[in-house]
Amino acid sequence: MSGAVLHWSIVLAQLLLAFGMACAAYRVLRGPRAQDRVLGLDTLYVTTAILLLTYGIRTGTTLYFEAALVIALLGFVGTAAMAKFLMRGEVIE
Amino acid sequence: MTDDSPLGLVTAVVTGSLLLLGAGLAATGALGLLRLGSFYERLHATTLGTTLGMGSVLIASMFFFSVLQTRPVIHELVITVVMMVTTPISLMLLVRAALYRDRREGSREVPPAP
Repeated sequence: MSGAVLHWSIVLAQLLLAFGMACAAYRVLRGPRAQDRVLGLDTLYVTTAILLLTYGIRTGTTLYFEAALVIALLGFVGTAAMAKFLMRGEVIE
Repeated sequence: MTDDSPLGLVTAVVTGSLLLLGAGLAATGALGLLRLGSFYERLHATTLGTTLGMGSVLIASMFFFSVLQTRPVIHELVITVVMMVTTPISLMLLVRAALYRDRREGSREVPPAP
């Protein structure tokens, strides 16, 4: 019983997160302006980190935690670099 | 997870509902990213999944692994700190860049520069 409850809530959570990733990917591909694409990419990073944490709970291992941490950090670096590029036209001054 | 897992029903229900809450908030934020009109409105929607959605899933993960390994597992707090620190910084940089670009194009949606 408890295994079924956990299994189906994990499956439903993964479906919801996949839907969110699809929305973010649409905004990356079709965003009217550059800042919309950057925002969509940031959302995609965060949703991927949440999806990896959910997958870690599903498999019962803590291996995926490090991957989620790296994705969260890289998302920050990528968004900051692209915001700086939009502001100045170059990343490193 | 199989049906003969050693976890109790309380653990499964708490973990599952926290996961569903987090994933639902993230999906709602992404739907707002899809549906809302202007860039500055979309920005508000995505922070829903970044803060509360991520937080719920991290609490679910901490609770689940603490019960599974019968010892406190709190290394998810690292991700919490990272997200809490970095999300406002990156989004503020992005908004400043967008405001700069809109003002430079003479857009009427944003207030003029002081």
